[in-house]
Amino acid sequence: MSLTLKRTPLYSSHIDSQAKMVDFGGWEMPIHYGSQVKEHEAVRAGAGMFDVSHMTVVDVEGKDSKAFLQKLLANDVDKLKIEGKALYSGMLNPQGGVIDDLICYLTDYGYRLVVNCATREKDLNWINQQAADYSVTISERPQLAMIAIQGPEAIEKCCSVVLEMADTIKSLAIFQGKFCQDWYIARTGYTGEDGLEIMLPDTQAAEFWSKLKNAGVHPCGLGARDTLRLEAGMNLYGNDMDESVSPLESGMGWTIAWEPVGRDFIGRSALEQQKQAGVSYKLTGLVLEERGIMRPHQTVHFSHTEVTGEITSGSFSPTLGISIAFARVPADAAGTCHVDIRGKRIQARIVKLPFVRAGKKVFE
Amino acid sequence: MSNIPGDLKYTSSHEWVREESENIITIGITDFAQEQLGDVVFVDLPEEGTEVTAGDSIAVVESVKAASDIYAPATGTVIEINETLVDSPELVNEDPYENGWFFKIQLAEGEAAEDLMDAESYQDQCSD
Repeated sequence: MSLTLKRTPLYSSHIDSQAKMVDFGGWEMPIHYGSQVKEHEAVRAGAGMFDVSHMTVVDVEGKDSKAFLQKLLANDVDKLKIEGKALYSGMLNPQGGVIDDLICYLTDYGYRLVVNCATREKDLNWINQQAADYSVTISERPQLAMIAIQGPEAIEKCCSVVLEMADTIKSLAIFQGKFCQDWYIARTGYTGEDGLEIMLPDTQAAEFWSKLKNAGVHPCGLGARDTLRLEAGMNLYGNDMDESVSPLESGMGWTIAWEPVGRDFIGRSALEQQKQAGVSYKLTGLVLEERGIMRPHQTVHFSHTEVTGEITSGSFSPTLGISIAFARVPADAAGTCHVDIRGKRIQARIVKLPFVRAGKKVFE
Repeated sequence: MSNIPGDLKYTSSHEWVREESENIITIGITDFAQEQLGDVVFVDLPEEGTEVTAGDSIAVVESVKAASDIYAPATGTVIEINETLVDSPELVNEDPYENGWFFKIQLAEGEAAEDLMDAESYQDQCSD
């Protein structure tokens, strides 16, 4: 393993918990702590926690903050009326491709953005480049660690270890964050479960992690994070979307705020042209009807057209016991299809996302 | 530390081989391999009667995170498969050297399961 890999403040905690560490976007991160499936199940049934300190926190301050983000993001930060409220958005290039997806919180000083780790440098370059015309200050917060606690018992267990913050935590609406001293606590997540994402000073992260573990919150690696988000129907940057594909063909149409029509966000005119011309593909869910596991880049075949689709994310669903996937398929595709898995065409079915909500199957 | 039994032979692609008799061998994947793969959720086995050549990819083991080929360590005919793995693929993780075996091959005439590593050599490979 390269010595140049970055480590989070929780590195020693992971090693103490027998984590298997991998290179993830230049960071040495836990993929699992023994069993990815057990970690997945812990989040669906109780509470699990993830070290997401590798993600990038960026604060936007200054009098033009709102105008700047209304230009930068495809979704409209003017929807954020209450302090702490969060918004999911794509950050697009002028061609309408997705530079990254992010969460934006309204704060008392401006906005807080949380972006992906693998795209950090590209994102910061782009954000700073676009900020040049605005009176804003862009500040990265590398001194913050970030821990996601997820699952039906996540909030209760978290409150039990930070009693002094319990009132703040319990007051949070879904998709809302609040400062509590120098911690930022948000009721958000990436697993389809209720839970929290907490940004806190890196010096306090290991102690908090340890307390959560003692309270029965199961450490979970990036492996479980991937199967949980897949079941929950959540897109992953680099798999399901990237700069080469329109958000309209990546299941992100709902994140584009077309109103007000005068808001000229980056990528708008390209998207309007695409919309007018009609998009050729859509991102959908697939359920495999026979044994096998769907994986990214496998080809999807249909009986009604020679045009093929492609799996963008695929794995085994621990909750459902079958293989599930996201696929970019022709816009008119419906019903059954066949996925080329290692040279064999295996029958699958197109379903509406998500696959799992609150631990239960939701598709027909 | 992975369990590497001294009475088995090993391939560089992490299959173990047990010589059941002069011309029948049983094949599975090693403890080291199952640890690397993580939770095994699907095993695609060859059909009984399939004739195989040493080095052929003849089965697939899929964990939650990845798919891996299983190679025939010798030339011969698949005479038995472990059908229990179809419904209980987790046996590959839980008991890789006994209940988690994959298939048995009857060696072709004149064939031998040669060019395989002993436990010590395999241990060296896993330590690299």
